[in-house]
Amino acid sequence: MNIITIENISKVYKVGDTEVHALRDVSLTINKNEYVAIMGPSGSGKSTLMNMLGCLDTPSNGRYEFKNKNVSAMTDNELAAIRNREIGFVFQTFNLLSRSNALHNVELPLIYSGISGAERKDRARKALVDVGLEERIHHKPNELSGGQRQRVAIARALVTNPSIILADEPTGNLDSKTGEEIMILFNQIHQTGNTIILVTHEEYIAKHADRIIRLKDGYVHSDEKVLDRYIPTIN
Amino acid sequence: MNKHFFFEFKEGFIIAITAIFSNKIRSILTMLGIVIGITSVVTMSTAIRGIDNSFQEGISSLGTDVLYIDKWAWFSNVEWWKMRNRKSITMEDYDKFRSMAQLPLASAPVANTGQRVKHKEKYIDRVIINGSTADYLKTTNFTFSMGRFYSEIESKSSRYVAVIGSEVAKNLFPLGDALDKEIKVGGVAFRVIGVLEEQGSIILGNFNPDNQVFVPIGTIFKHFMGQSFGSVTINVRAVSPALVEETKVEAQSVMRKIRGLGYQEPDDFSINQQEGLMEQYNQVVGVIQIAGIFITSLSLFVGAIGIMNIMFVSVRERTREIGVRKAIGATRKTILLQFLLESSTICLIGGFIGLLFAVILSQVIDRFLPTSVQYDAVFLAIGISLITGIVAGLAPAYTAAKLDPVEALRYE
Repeated sequence: MNIITIENISKVYKVGDTEVHALRDVSLTINKNEYVAIMGPSGSGKSTLMNMLGCLDTPSNGRYEFKNKNVSAMTDNELAAIRNREIGFVFQTFNLLSRSNALHNVELPLIYSGISGAERKDRARKALVDVGLEERIHHKPNELSGGQRQRVAIARALVTNPSIILADEPTGNLDSKTGEEIMILFNQIHQTGNTIILVTHEEYIAKHADRIIRLKDGYVHSDEKVLDRYIPTIN
Repeated sequence: MNKHFFFEFKEGFIIAITAIFSNKIRSILTMLGIVIGITSVVTMSTAIRGIDNSFQEGISSLGTDVLYIDKWAWFSNVEWWKMRNRKSITMEDYDKFRSMAQLPLASAPVANTGQRVKHKEKYIDRVIINGSTADYLKTTNFTFSMGRFYSEIESKSSRYVAVIGSEVAKNLFPLGDALDKEIKVGGVAFRVIGVLEEQGSIILGNFNPDNQVFVPIGTIFKHFMGQSFGSVTINVRAVSPALVEETKVEAQSVMRKIRGLGYQEPDDFSINQQEGLMEQYNQVVGVIQIAGIFITSLSLFVGAIGIMNIMFVSVRERTREIGVRKAIGATRKTILLQFLLESSTICLIGGFIGLLFAVILSQVIDRFLPTSVQYDAVFLAIGISLITGIVAGLAPAYTAAKLDPVEALRYE
């Protein structure tokens, strides 16, 4: 089943008088329970593509369908609703609210979808348990290690049961051991039926996925299955 | 109101409180502007009301149905030197007036002077000493807490008897034993025969209706004012407020007859009444009110600018947070609400503190001018601070709401 269908999308930014083509004529589909890595050097358009896929931005041209709904034509509020219900973001810099504890951070998307207090707390707690943070529920981000912070962010992404998890360099700020642990977690999430889109510039991280889309100068350079997929295991 | 909105509101409120408490110094400094603004607005409005109330009370002691025939007009376009050159109104004029005017309920001549009033070691300076006749009582609404007014015999024979106002009694006889005691008015001994109940309090200026002494008019002429020199005021009371105009018309023609004025000559006397005082007062107070509200609003405005400034800083500082919130599903409305809640919360807290200060301040002012913070001042303070918060927060909140999530997430 297609979750994402992109047809001939392009994105043009104006920087002063010059036009920058961040994406040119990109088409791709992503199916349910795929684990896709998007790769490319900086300036290749991978961030733009990720923003597009995450409904944070809309294309200049082309068609973007998310679960058969036309995202290109959506209003700001509709985009916010799609992001809230269908997409779980995981960022390189975690982007947790520093003044709130782990539980409240995870609750946040549920607040915006209007879920009542008790259910919200239950679901947030369960999501934190799922990422292995049952001991750290009431800790604030500055009381957590980098890996733990990223786990909170992953719990926040999972708590709404989104259609896709969109991870932008999730291991970029972590040491390799902790990064590996996070990749194990992603693998588990994938195995439970989730769809993951991973943006990275590290070949080694990309190999965790089962498909790699390489971008170059705004084009899709290659889109291939990973033959030598790396399945992480706990030491 | 739907459930969704309620959660966002609650979340926004929690964020606001957290933000305020995590930047304590900044919040306090920002709040200070609103505190000062609300304190001054509430105190000012309370003080104006205090002035107004005491004036209304004071003026009511003059009576709506009383006319004052005087050499001087309280308010008029006639130049003061023309009035100065008018003939004095004499006791003879009064006697004629009394016998000729048919409509008044009562009329009485009044001559007054300011004197020190003394009892043993205690004294009060510049008390208004009113000399009149027994009829004076009928032109007033006096009620006595003790004793009586002087009789016709006492007045005609200029006996040294005095009726004192409640303020005078309170100051000279704190034990309340004024009756039959001797007081010295400008060095002349009088016997207290009556004490008036409290009438009103200070009105604009120094006139306090309770800080007066009433004595037979003859004693005034004898000791304080040459009869040939002084001009008396004739207090004329109409039968009812409805008959004031007719009484006034009659009084004017009677006075013109007494003064022997020709058809072409203007009045050489003035008939004053409370109404004129009221109009004049309303003008004055109107100006004070507008000026006061304008000046205090300025301080509130400065406070609001402070809030707006700090909210812009707050939005800038939390750009990334706004990006995150947008990425996980916050709409523009949600972000707008969040920042409006923050600015309103700061203003509301500031408003409450300001109100508290205003209550304390009005207690202090109350010693000079009867004031008290009324319930509506509470609503005024809350309402104004809420509106200030929303207005001051609007531009920053809007800036936050329309941030592009991609840009916001990239912000360092």
